[in-house]
Formats: sequence, C-alpha cells, structure tokens
Amino acid sequence: MSGAVVSHWVVHSHRFETNAATREPAWVKRLLIAIALAFFALFLLLPLATVFAEALRRGWVVYFAALTEPDARSAIKLTLLVAAIAVPLNLVFGVAAAWAVAKFNFRGKQLLTTLIDLPFSVSPVVAGLMYVLLFGSQGWFGAWLLQNDFKIIFAMPGLVLATVFVTVPFIARELIPLMEAQGREDEEAAVVLGASGWQIFWHVTLPNIKWGLLYGVILCNARAMGEFGAVSVVSGHIRGRTNTMPLYVEILYNEYNFAAAFAVASLLALLALLTLVVKSVVEWRGQQQLSADQEAT
Amino acid sequence: MSIRVEKIVKRFGQFVAIDNVTLDFPTGQLVGLLGPSGCGKTTLLRIIAGLESADAGRVFLEGEDASDTHVRERQVGFVFQHYALFRHMTVFDNVAFGLRIKPRGQRPAESAIRERVGQLLDLVQLAALAQRYPAQLSGGQRQRIALARALAVEPRVMLLDEPFGALDAKVRKELRRWLRSLHDALHFTSVFVTHDQEEALEVSDQVVLMNHGRVEQVGTPTQVYEHPATPFVYGFLGAVNLFHGWVQGQHLDVAEGRLPLNYGNFPAGTEALGFVRPHELDIATDLADPSGFVAQVERILAFGSTARVELTGAHGEPRRLYEVELSRERADALNLSAGQRVRLKPARIRLFPPEQVAEVSIRILGGLGTQKATH
Amino acid sequence: MRPGKRHRVLPGFPLALGYTLFYLALIVLIPLSAVFLKSATLNWEQFWSTVSAPRVVASYRVTFGTALLAAAINGVFGLIFAWVLVRYSFPGKRVVDALVDLPFALPTAVAGIALTAIYAGNGWLGQWLEPLGVKVAFTPLGILIALTFIGLPFVVRTVQPVLEDLDTELEEAAVSLGADRWQTFRHIVLPALLPALLTGFALAFARAVGEYGSVIFIAGNVPMVSEITPLLIISKLEQFDYAGATAIAVVMLVVSFVLLFLINGLQIWTNRSRER
Repeated sequence: MSGAVVSHWVVHSHRFETNAATREPAWVKRLLIAIALAFFALFLLLPLATVFAEALRRGWVVYFAALTEPDARSAIKLTLLVAAIAVPLNLVFGVAAAWAVAKFNFRGKQLLTTLIDLPFSVSPVVAGLMYVLLFGSQGWFGAWLLQNDFKIIFAMPGLVLATVFVTVPFIARELIPLMEAQGREDEEAAVVLGASGWQIFWHVTLPNIKWGLLYGVILCNARAMGEFGAVSVVSGHIRGRTNTMPLYVEILYNEYNFAAAFAVASLLALLALLTLVVKSVVEWRGQQQLSADQEAT
Repeated sequence: MSIRVEKIVKRFGQFVAIDNVTLDFPTGQLVGLLGPSGCGKTTLLRIIAGLESADAGRVFLEGEDASDTHVRERQVGFVFQHYALFRHMTVFDNVAFGLRIKPRGQRPAESAIRERVGQLLDLVQLAALAQRYPAQLSGGQRQRIALARALAVEPRVMLLDEPFGALDAKVRKELRRWLRSLHDALHFTSVFVTHDQEEALEVSDQVVLMNHGRVEQVGTPTQVYEHPATPFVYGFLGAVNLFHGWVQGQHLDVAEGRLPLNYGNFPAGTEALGFVRPHELDIATDLADPSGFVAQVERILAFGSTARVELTGAHGEPRRLYEVELSRERADALNLSAGQRVRLKPARIRLFPPEQVAEVSIRILGGLGTQKATH
Repeated sequence: MRPGKRHRVLPGFPLALGYTLFYLALIVLIPLSAVFLKSATLNWEQFWSTVSAPRVVASYRVTFGTALLAAAINGVFGLIFAWVLVRYSFPGKRVVDALVDLPFALPTAVAGIALTAIYAGNGWLGQWLEPLGVKVAFTPLGILIALTFIGLPFVVRTVQPVLEDLDTELEEAAVSLGADRWQTFRHIVLPALLPALLTGFALAFARAVGEYGSVIFIAGNVPMVSEITPLLIISKLEQFDYAGATAIAVVMLVVSFVLLFLINGLQIWTNRSRER
C-alpha cells in the first residue's frame, strides 16, 4: 500500500510549468488546483479540524479531565504497550524478510512477497475473527487455554496478535524495494574485505537502509496504535482492561460522551500528524540520500 | 602469487557462462580479461574472487586449492565497476574498513591503521580528500579510493571488474596509465576485466580473449594483435576487411579479382576467408597496375597522424565497403579525392576456413562497422 | 567443486528465510487456514443459505457498490491531485502533499466519528445539506464519503511517482508532431499513467471492501440499507454464530485474494511500463 520512500518530496514542477510542451492553459491549471484544493479541504482538512474543534468544544478543563480519567489513562497505556510489542516484532520480521528477498535468489520469491502483502488485503474484521477461531473459547486451542488458565482472546495477547497481523507488511514492504535497488555490491565489497555477517549488517547494510527502515517503523506504528476493526473483534471491550484508545473512543461515542470521545480522538489525530511530520522529514532525508547515491553512480 | 583456474564450468539456468576454462595467471603480472559483454569474463573474475561458485572446476591461489575457501578468507582485493564505496563513511573510513573489522587479535592498533590509510591515500594521491564522502568525489577519484580500500588489507591478488567502465574517455585514459604505473611499482598479481580492446592492449602484460564462455587466445598484446589465433580475435581487436574466395596456389581468388597470398598452408581449391586490417591495404592510383582490385573512394577522414579512406567496390550489388588506413604522408602523397577510382592492394592476408568464421561472423559484422557486406 | 557445497557469498540466508516463513506461518497462514477449516464444518447448503441470505446479499451490494464508487471517485480526483502536486507549484503545496497521507495515518475510528460529526443532521455540513433533502450520515452516501476518505492516498501515491518519472520528451515529441494539449494528455500521458491508475484504483477498492472503523459510525447500520458485510460478521460473532461469521468471512477472503492477485498483476505491469 504505502509507496516506498518515494521521490515526491522534491517536486520540480518548475520544469513542467516553463515548458511549452507540458504546460496547460492558465485557466485549466487554476481550475485543477481549485478542484484539488477543494477536495483536500473537504475530505482531509475538514475532518481533521473537526476532531480538534469537537474535542475543545466544552473547553480545556473538560478536555484534560477526559484525558486524565483512569479509563482513558489505561487505554493510552494499553495502546502504547501493544504497539511497543507489535512494532519490534514486525521490525525483526521485516528486516529478515527483506534480507532474504532482496539479497538472494530462490524459487518461490514472488509467492513469498505476495504472502507478505496478504494481510493488507484481508479485512481487519476477518483478521480478528481468525484469532477468535483459534484461541476463543470455542476455538481450536480454546479448551487447552482454558485448562491452563491463559487468556488470549479478550485479553492483551489477542490485541497484540491482531495488531501484529494487520501491520505485518509495513516494514518489509518498505525495505524490499529499497534493498533490491541498492543491490549486493556494497555487501560483497565488505565480505571481500573480510567482514562477518553481523559486521556487514551493522556497518554496511543498516546505514544504507536506515531511512527506509525508520519510514516503515513510523507507518507500522501509526497503524498499530490506530487499529480498530481487528482489535475490536478480539478485545471484548472490557473497560480499563482491554480497551485500546480507538476502542475507548468508540465506547465514549456510543455513550454520547462526544467531548470525551473527541478528546481521546484528538490524541490519536496528533499522533497521526506527528507521523506525517516525521514521515516528511524521513522522506526528505531518504530523498537526499537517493540523489547522493544517484550522483554516485 | 599465482592464480590457476582449472576446468571451470558455470551455468546460469540454460545459459553456459563459462565453458571448461583453464588458465594460469603468473605472479606479478597484470592480466586483462577481454571479450564482448556476456562472454563470461566477469563471471570468471567473480569465481576467482569467490563471489560466485563454479559448477565444476577448481581455483588455485599460489598452488593451493582455494575452491572451498570463503571469499572472506581468500585474501583477494576486488574493485567493483561501480566502486561500491560505502556512502555513509568518509574516504578515510572506507579505506580503513577492512582493517577495523579484523578480529581483535589481528587488528592493528588505531594509530597503525591511521598510518597505513595515510600511506595508501598518498599512494593514490588523494590524501587531501580523506574526510570527504564518496558522493563528493569524481568518478576517477572514487575508483582510486576503491583501489586503496582493496589494497589496505594487503590482498594476495587484485581483481578489478571493468574498473574504468563507468568513467568518461579522458579520465579513463589517465587512470589506465596510473594503474599501469601503480602496478609497476607494487607488482601485485592482478586480473582486470574489460570489454575495451584498446584498454586491454595498452595496460596488460598478458591478454586473455574470451568469447561465449571459452578462451579464444592468450598472449601478450603484440602477440594477440599481430597473430590472432582465431577469426574472433582478429575481428575483436580491430577493424577488418573480409574477402571470401578460393585458394589457388599463391593466390586467393575472390569476386574482386586475384589477391596474392604470402603464405600457403591451404591446399589449392579450398574455400577460405581472408582477413585484412585497414592498415594492411595499400592504395595505388595507377589503374594500369595489374595487382589488387579496383575500388572507388567515397570519403577521406584525415585528422591526426593517420588518414582513413572509405571505398566502395566496383563489383556486386550492394557495393562492398572497404576501409584503408594510411599514414598522413602517404595520404598526402596520393592526393586522393572522393569519386576517384583506385586500386586496392592487400599487403598481408590472413586466411581462415569459412566454418570457423561462420560462428563469429555476426559479431564481426555487428561489432566493427568496417566490413558492411561479406560473402 | 563438490556438488552441494555451494556456499552463498552473503551470510544469513537460511536464518532470514527460515524466520520469515516461520513468522508468516504463525501469524498469517495458520490463522487463515483456521477460517477455511472452520467453514468446512458447514455443509454446502448451510454455507450457501448463510452467504446468500437476503440481509447478507444486501450487505454485499452496499459494501461492493460503495467501495467501487468510492474507488472510481478516487481514480478521478486522485489523478487530479497527483497531477496538481507534480506539475504545478502553489503556496502550501508541501503541506498538502504531506497531508495526502492523513487517511493512512489517522486511526479509522477517529475518521469515522469526525465524518459523522460533519455530516450528521446537526453537523457542520449536515445542517446545510439536510434542508436540501440530502441526507448523508446514516445512509449509503455516508459510507461512500468514508470510503472515499480512506482510499484517496492509494491512487495519489501510486500515480504520483509514475507521473514524476514520465519523460517530458514524450510530450515534447507529441507537441512537435502537432498534437494539442488534450490530445497529448489523452494519447500520450494517460496511457502511460493507466497501469498506475488502475493499481491505485484496485488498492483503494480492496481497502474499501474490508473497511470497518471509519464506516460503522457514519453508516447508521440499517439492515438491508446501510449495513456493510464486515459488520455482519461482527454481529454474528456477538450472537456466538461462529460458523455463520466464518462463512461470510470466507466470501470476503476469496474476494480479497482475487483482488490481491489482480493488484499483483497490475503492479508488475506498472513496473514494466515504468522501466520502458
């Protein structure tokens, strides 16, 4: 889904606007910009503004009260905890998968990359259902789990599993095209000079992929903290216990506690904005590295 | 330190990249592996380095079987076509890399590393750029750094994969000379891969010509240029004029006429192809001269020390094209003009049986641009 | 060299591939197979009557209909968006460019309640639209809005890089041959963008079909009218009808796999046409 660290940060539109062959009449240009900006305002800006406006509608006191309430605090804590487990798991997976796919040739490589992409096309609700079928009280391992007094569904492990599933592809998808584009020459040069596997990884590969890696981690984290459908199925919505922030928003909203719902939502929106800022910076850095590399060849 | 490869075979799927190659690279020599792209030269170099493993055959370094030794332990220096400098490290750190990653026991002290890197940077004349990053260097500078980096770990042999392939013509020439003088100073055994015959002939002690995964000829630059063993070598190392005909005693009978042969180990009546280099054709303005054959001057390219004359034949349709290379003095003396009819006289003809040529004829035609039409 | 003793130059392949396969099996393959095995506990009639019940069929219509329409809207506006971002400069462009990814970054539940607040009868826009007879929230139109929001970046971010890479020489050649701007766009630029545009469309569609969080708040979830298929799975689960939920999930999974297959093909096509 997400494009690789794409080159859209530095957009040299100037060269199109001054070229008679790639230039539209002024009115067309203005019309297209107007349409794009109207669409932007209606579909992107307005919802974002609404979140903050609704959150602060009853004033700062209500806003902070909503955020410091024990249930809210435990939802925030749980969200952070789930992301703190799920993101590193997918980070290790992403690096391993990208190393195998991008640096080696083997049969079934295309199938493997498709498999890595698979969770993107599975509905989050179905993702949650899968784990219920495995670990729910009626599930394959349900009886065994009950005997051993270990809860997965309606508990933290289920939330982590569902989150891991929906975010599996993020980091791998960033790294694979990047590492494929960089080729094997640097690693080969290191190995000829006598470097061991870990030395190659730490001193050569990692510095080359760090921006792509960070980019993937940011997107993965945003989705992990914001996931709703999949965790909603496995959570059981136990207040103060298994409610992540998005689930808590839903509960507050359904209780018509709009101010509090939007207050918690505003935190998630801030997280999204932060993600976009960091993403832009990373893209910019990745772009710089890319152009330096292109110059180098 | 010598290198020997023995009966190396390497396939990529159906494609045979190296077909039973045995070669010796003597100690202290600079050997050029030359051939068109896809001939297997880079694959052979990578097999010597251990970056690729052969399907069959063995690699000996200094008489010792290194076939199962990992690249890491082979102690070879490898210079990549696109340099493969680590872009996040300074020039200094790049050169120091191989020393710094040695296991604690073998690693020199940091001061020794600094000294060694300093020496190497002096050697490649880039000490002033030690703190720059690769992106801030020119292509030629990068390749010199890549060489310094490879030298830092004191390799037993140096392997260079199209080291000047990515550089422009002028820098290429400079670097060639520089590599040769560096080699003369240090005398490491080196193998370098190139598809540029001028480069191979100019730099190497020995040239190995490869085609379709096989070795066509091994020899000094003079040997391979003056005495090509196969039509492929003849065609690859320079422009050729081709004549198709039948041997009759001391002559080759061709469509153009009767050409004198200066050697005759072909039995009379044999079909043969005659190869003549442009500088081995002479022009006579006296049309009454009975030797050679008639052709018409089309273009005269006179600049530098030699003049090239392009001519078309008087026989056949489409008209055959010939190329002649003359000294400027000779060209000035002849005072040729376009449209003039002259006689072409081969001074030396090299004969090959046609079957041998058929295999490579497409390459000769496509690759050279001199000989437009053949038999 | 002894056969079978072919070391790879770079280390770590068995470990990396082994771990990748192990992880995928654990997280993706085994759970997915659980869905199919569970559905196998139903016989064909049971399965069919579940997935073809009128309420379920109505939900397909709502889900796929709105998803298709939203993807089409995004195809058009996403193309305009990408075009404007690549070809024109205007104040605030960087901010606009960065915010295009908002739907990727904003949790779907947040988007859901925000859109509902905007389009509800007393909302920012709803209060103006409803007197005109346009009801958005709690109707399929609301679902369409939510799915359009979710899908926008897919089209923009697949078309944008292709448009940037597009050689201006092509357009210059067309102009020099006498084509006007529209002809150039229609015959030169659009065909070059088509693979990317279709990929973006398919990605947006695939995402919209499975979407849950942003939809359920604004949909109103009226059975037969504005109830989406993922919600039906959840309501079956809440009634402990695991087999029923699984049967519907299988239908959705099959659709997902077909779409994934299609997208893969489209992406290969896009990459090929970019390399040319």
